[in-house]
Amino acid sequence: MSIFLDKSSKIFVQGITGSEGSYHTGRMLAYGTNIVGGVTPGKGGRKTTHGLPVFNTVKECIEATGATHQCIFVPPAGAADALFEAYEAGIRFSVCITEGVPVHDMLKIAGATPGMRIIGPNCPGLISPGQSLVGIMPGHVFKEGNVGLISRSGTLTYEVVDGLTRAGLGQSTCVGIGGDPIIGTTFVDCLREFAKDPQTQALVLCGEIGGSDEEEAAAFIKERLSDTPIVAFVGGRNAPPGKSLGHAGAIISGSFGTSQSKIAAFQAAGVPVADRPSQIPELLKERLAARV
Amino acid sequence: MNLMEYQGKELFRRCGIPVPRSQHCKTPDDVAAFIEKNPGKWVVKAQVLMGGRGKAGKIKFATSAEEGCAVAREIMATPMPPNRQNPSGEPVNSLLVEETMEIDKEAYCAITVDRASKKPSIIVTRFGGMDVEEVHEKHPESFTYHFVDTASGYWPFVGRGLAFGAELEAGYRKQFPAIAAGMYDLFFRYGAKLVEINPLILTKDGRVIAADAKIELDDDALFRQPELKEWQAVLPLDEDEKLAAEAGLGIRNFRRFGGTVGTLANGAGLAMGTMDAVKNAGGEIANFLDVGGGADAQRVRNCYELVVNHTAAKVFFVNIFGGITRGDEVAKGIVTAMKETTSRKIPLVIRLTGTNEEEGRRILAEAGMTPVQTMDEGAKRAVELAAGA
Repeated sequence: MSIFLDKSSKIFVQGITGSEGSYHTGRMLAYGTNIVGGVTPGKGGRKTTHGLPVFNTVKECIEATGATHQCIFVPPAGAADALFEAYEAGIRFSVCITEGVPVHDMLKIAGATPGMRIIGPNCPGLISPGQSLVGIMPGHVFKEGNVGLISRSGTLTYEVVDGLTRAGLGQSTCVGIGGDPIIGTTFVDCLREFAKDPQTQALVLCGEIGGSDEEEAAAFIKERLSDTPIVAFVGGRNAPPGKSLGHAGAIISGSFGTSQSKIAAFQAAGVPVADRPSQIPELLKERLAARV
Repeated sequence: MNLMEYQGKELFRRCGIPVPRSQHCKTPDDVAAFIEKNPGKWVVKAQVLMGGRGKAGKIKFATSAEEGCAVAREIMATPMPPNRQNPSGEPVNSLLVEETMEIDKEAYCAITVDRASKKPSIIVTRFGGMDVEEVHEKHPESFTYHFVDTASGYWPFVGRGLAFGAELEAGYRKQFPAIAAGMYDLFFRYGAKLVEINPLILTKDGRVIAADAKIELDDDALFRQPELKEWQAVLPLDEDEKLAAEAGLGIRNFRRFGGTVGTLANGAGLAMGTMDAVKNAGGEIANFLDVGGGADAQRVRNCYELVVNHTAAKVFFVNIFGGITRGDEVAKGIVTAMKETTSRKIPLVIRLTGTNEEEGRRILAEAGMTPVQTMDEGAKRAVELAAGA
């Protein structure tokens, strides 16, 4: 088992003939992801360089291929359109890699697509190692195992996973939830799924300054996952208040959203917080040993 | 993108939110000419993005053209003093001359994006005209919120409920729902992340008017508003933002901190993590720099020169973990950039892993550079080099 994604998940790619879409489709196929086709309006009927069929509309694509999951690589102005098109066609699982999607488009999506699981936008996607990779993660740093991982950042996720893999701690599913103010899937949404997954024995949460998602995750853990070995990390401790650093999400305002507030919330829930990513594997091993 | 008060009030007018009669002026002479033609009691307000104008003496009254000219000169003579939010202060480049209001009550109203509910949130308190964070500390119970369902949109019941809930003075109640409607309209029409009216005043003759306007627009939605993009030209960028823009980076991708370890990473999360790693290794950070998704030779060179020429960096720590960024491209970028740059040379510490890492390492090795294996190792090496240099 794993969450959200397994070997049988049939994926199609919106924006499959664009440079990023095409490049990462190739990488996903090489990893073993079950990609069955793609959509680029106006290029229907052709084949991609990987030999996959291209369709003009999502509806045609899923009728012909039976795809159930989608990955979006379209430019920011078209991302909400791509999500709505897929929703209307019956898709209920979307990964949106696109960075720079207007926040109001996401507000409209959030209010009008009940039942659709959206990962992102502005995220690296997700991976169930050994089974399927949807997004832009470098597959070779991951290894199949029992640790579930949730992260707001892209590149920092790879850093953490690399450490886990080197320490012999493989992963069940790793989800990069994205750094935008409005994201489809939060820490708590992922925690609910991990709580039901028998493969996942331990969890790593990589948070970041800004917002209150980590505080809510800590509250959920305290109530529902107090027996699960969990380690957290909070990025951006040295960020100055009131300045946003790159990520739209990484901005501190008021007392909520500071690294201190998040670290305190995790500690109050009994979750140790690593000072640096390289500490995560040893802390997790300690937690796993303590449980037995 | 944050708007100046006069820009915000222009959007208020377009969305039916009542504002005082006013004139935007660029010079003291413009102020005098306007008051000459329109006798009365006027208030002259500095147009800056920083808060705290009243306390800084940047809002003054004038009842004649001469007085208008004099106070305008005085306001424009000195920049806004620095504060924690903006340590470099802000010059006053223009003024808003506005009719004075007979104020009976002051309230506060804002609409913003609520992350947790994923809805627009309208916030009201009967305490207006003060720093809202201070009000929140002193009177947290006075705040009333409504999370708007975007499917049904805004309806007057929302405004009525907020006015009753916040115990706004009776005089506000009839007009408030239309004002909140205007704010909701503006929020979506112009892609605003924040629309704030502080204070929303009740005048002695019973009118409800937005006496100030604070609007933050979503930069990602500006492509839909070519006109507002032009408004951006008059908005001040701080030094770091200017440097970032010149180097072809997003204005939020570069920040200086005064230390000796220069950093570059791909992705904001890793860039913050890199800063944390340098701190953990006992070093002082020169800068935050997120190079973004693609890192070709020109971009790497721009970043190197940005750090070398504008910070006190004695060493440059490049930390790349490839996902969408390809390691071979970054390696080529680094090699070419170092060959071509005419700026002073400082030692590089390179950590390169992820997508196409072998190819990237090979390219670096051929150019005589040896990448380190881990972020902590790189941070340690960089801090040692900075201390020894």
